[in-house]
Amino acid sequence: MTETDQRRVVFTRAGIWRGARESLPLWLGMLPFGLVIGVLADAKGMSLLEAVLMSALVYAGAAQLLALELWTDPAPIGAAMVAAFVVNIRMAPMGAALAPWLDRLRGIRLWGTLATLVDHSFALSVQEQRKGGRDAGYLLGVGLGLWASWVAFTALGHLAGSAVRLPPGHPLYFAAVAAFLSIMVGLWRSPRLDLGPWAVAGVVALAANRAGLPAPLPLVLGSFAGAALGAWIELRGRGMPGGAPRRMPREMRRR
Amino acid sequence: MTVRWDVLLAILAMTAVTYACRAGGYAILRSIRPPVFVETMLRHLPGALFTAYVTPPLVAGSVPAWVGAAVVVGVQLATRNLSLAICAGVAAVWGTQAVLG
Repeated sequence: MTETDQRRVVFTRAGIWRGARESLPLWLGMLPFGLVIGVLADAKGMSLLEAVLMSALVYAGAAQLLALELWTDPAPIGAAMVAAFVVNIRMAPMGAALAPWLDRLRGIRLWGTLATLVDHSFALSVQEQRKGGRDAGYLLGVGLGLWASWVAFTALGHLAGSAVRLPPGHPLYFAAVAAFLSIMVGLWRSPRLDLGPWAVAGVVALAANRAGLPAPLPLVLGSFAGAALGAWIELRGRGMPGGAPRRMPREMRRR
Repeated sequence: MTVRWDVLLAILAMTAVTYACRAGGYAILRSIRPPVFVETMLRHLPGALFTAYVTPPLVAGSVPAWVGAAVVVGVQLATRNLSLAICAGVAAVWGTQAVLG
């Protein structure tokens, strides 16, 4: 993005509402996951209020799942912190990638919006940015919408307790994968830019998975391997480090 | 409806670490201008992240999951409607499981 583009970034109530509305279809993907978290929290002896507090404050499904797998009585504070760090460090580059919007925000709008950042709100906002979207409220709206569903489904899962426990392989679990696949369709740019990186991301994640590496590692290794290849492919024709030919003039590099 | 101190502490610790991941990356990468390669890499991260996320369950998921995935991509391409694509995908998995039963 150029300087002129960044100057037009706004943060409106309408943008927040649009983000919240567009998060609605993703609720279906949150449903089984939230239920599982609620049911698991119940099974680990957490009260309803404790389970709801965890989802409301931490708001990171994979990290909560991992922490609950490690959960003991008394609560394992160190293990919970490690679980949160390992799973959530993937979110560190997301804020940086959204800089064209975030750079124009200050104070509570900036640091509050960052508190709601999740995979889906990031993906939808990147898509929105690529379409020329200028309303940073959209990012907060998607994050808040998904947060509401996350807290509600966790409570529902806890209340229903073991009665809701879906058998493994239940079709409803596919909703999470389906949500990511539909988002990927929107992120696809061209075979030249995306085919190789995505294939590498998938193969590396699969190999790490098969090698028995623990939960967040396949995801982290796969996504960074794919993204690195993507950057190399995109830059090699521009005379950047890691690529040979210098065909493009200097001022075109940043486009 | 109780909140025990040890549980509350664990939750607050997770909250602090998670917020540091969410906001810290932006705070640090904002003050230190990353090299062009890193910046380009960040743009490629979302697609790679979601591919890495869906590949293992899809490969492990056998025929119904593959049918569901194909339906999701097809419906999303045709309608650009996220909820329709997700519902169609889940329905396809359900149907295929029932047929193959």
